[in-house]
Amino acid sequence: MIELEQVSYGYGGSTLLSDISMKLAPGSFHFLTGPSGAGKTTLIKLCYAELTATRGRVSLFDQDTQQMSRDDVARARRRIGVVHQDCQFLDHLNVAENVSLPLTVSGRSLEHPSELDDLLAWVGLTPQRDAKPPELSGGERQRAALARAVVMSPDVILADEPTGNVDWDMSLRLLRLLVELNKMGKTVLIATHDMNLIRSAKAQIQARVLRISNKQLHQAGADL
Amino acid sequence: MNARLGSFLRFLAGDAQADRLVPPTGYTARLTVFAAASMAFLAVFALALSLATGRVADRWGEALAKSSTIRINAPVDQMDAQVLTVMDILATTPGIGNARPLSDDEQRALLAPWFGPDLPLDQLPIPRLIEVIEEGDGFDAEGLRARLAGEAPGAILDDHTRWREPLVRAAKRLRALGFVSIVLIGALAGVVITLAASAALAANEQVIRVLRLVGAQDSYIANAFVRRYTLRALGGASVGTVLGALAVFLMPSSGEQGNFLTDLGFEGWQWLWPLLIPPLAALVAFAATRQTARTVLQEKR
Ligand SMILES: Nc1ncnc2c1ncn2[C@@H]1O[C@H](COP(=O)(O)OP(=O)(O)OP(=O)(O)O)[C@@H](O)[C@H]1O
Ligand SMILES: [Mg+2]
Repeated sequence: MIELEQVSYGYGGSTLLSDISMKLAPGSFHFLTGPSGAGKTTLIKLCYAELTATRGRVSLFDQDTQQMSRDDVARARRRIGVVHQDCQFLDHLNVAENVSLPLTVSGRSLEHPSELDDLLAWVGLTPQRDAKPPELSGGERQRAALARAVVMSPDVILADEPTGNVDWDMSLRLLRLLVELNKMGKTVLIATHDMNLIRSAKAQIQARVLRISNKQLHQAGADL
Repeated sequence: MNARLGSFLRFLAGDAQADRLVPPTGYTARLTVFAAASMAFLAVFALALSLATGRVADRWGEALAKSSTIRINAPVDQMDAQVLTVMDILATTPGIGNARPLSDDEQRALLAPWFGPDLPLDQLPIPRLIEVIEEGDGFDAEGLRARLAGEAPGAILDDHTRWREPLVRAAKRLRALGFVSIVLIGALAGVVITLAASAALAANEQVIRVLRLVGAQDSYIANAFVRRYTLRALGGASVGTVLGALAVFLMPSSGEQGNFLTDLGFEGWQWLWPLLIPPLAALVAFAATRQTARTVLQEKR
């Protein structure tokens, strides 16, 4: 699905990620950890071509991003649901409209409008359905971002700290959503600092843990 | 071309949902509408000016070209003889449809504004006038002048061309300037809308980022802006055109033909010309915004 081969990336002159290779196979479930500032968000942005690698090769769905046109990138992104760390919304639209944005821009709609209600109910946003994003709490924004990332039933879900601002019970609920999607064959990558979340996931499914340290990507041991 | 027009109209009919993705911007929206309305208003006047001067040029050119005058200055006792000679010459000159001496009454009427109605014409050394109406391609003025000089030394051909041509030239120049103004107004509309659209694109950077994040293609994002500005230009220009046409319609009219100032307006089917202004404004806005959006979206990845 998404593959990085010997990718390096740096802001300005300094190298942040060096010689990283990673493969998100269809149906796999990955966690991405590492200290704050290690480059988790940067790595995720490379995975949906928001950033372009300074060296190496990034492929989305077997297409080299270097060779993709902007329209190709847009089409690939419709198959990738992204939860941005600073959740980005259109502030003049309400939660329901923001969550269905991926459908709108690709000219699609849900088979049953009630699916949107179910999704909002699952992430606990039924009361905020008509609220505007600036009126939401941090956790509510994260839940809305997650709902938006999964609404298209994308092949890949990249979630950057989706549970950073929510309580443990809600974290488990959000994780459940991603686990269920993974069981349906979706590829999932979650960047998180939360070791409890990782343990909880590992109890439910096969999950791999990747760790960024010293600009490199490592497979974390099974001792987590 | 037809296919293009079709897709343009479909585009205008649009997708209401896509429209909402770009936040409404009250202030710049009103400015754009106002600018479009003002320019349409000006365009109506430039158009009226062009058409009116065109009409004047045609009329002067036509009416004056067809008639000229021969003035005979001679002692009273030779006058009738010279008039007869001139009439003979005119009868044998090709290209003259009709020639006749003005009657005393007509001459008196011409002079009345200056000397009053009771002028004793036969006692005054007043030149006699012969009105000459051309036919076909007209006569050879220089040839006629030469013959008159030889046979009726008091006769002078005044073929109006001396003062007519510069007037007609000026009217034609004015018409051309009117058209240039229309083109400039169109270009200005393009510039204003380009500036407004690029300001809007810059102000909505966050919106563009979010739309891209969820997989919107450039053309989709661009269309949301393009449609908005095209409709604004269409709406503003329609209002401006109606107001401009109304102002032209209400211009006081003297009812006289060929009076340039009071004749500034449209005649008959010419009233259809202003109808072209709103769609043209929409087209200019469409092209300007699309070009701007494409450039801006291409620049930032
Ligand atoms: N646009 C940018 N320009 C310059 N430096 C940047 C930019 N974005 C991020 N950085 C730097 O790159 C480093 C890695 O940032 P990144 O957001 O990938 O970290 P992270 O692992 O996601 O951290 P956190 O866990 O705090 O979210 C940081 O030191 C950050 O300051
Ligand atoms: Mg981060």
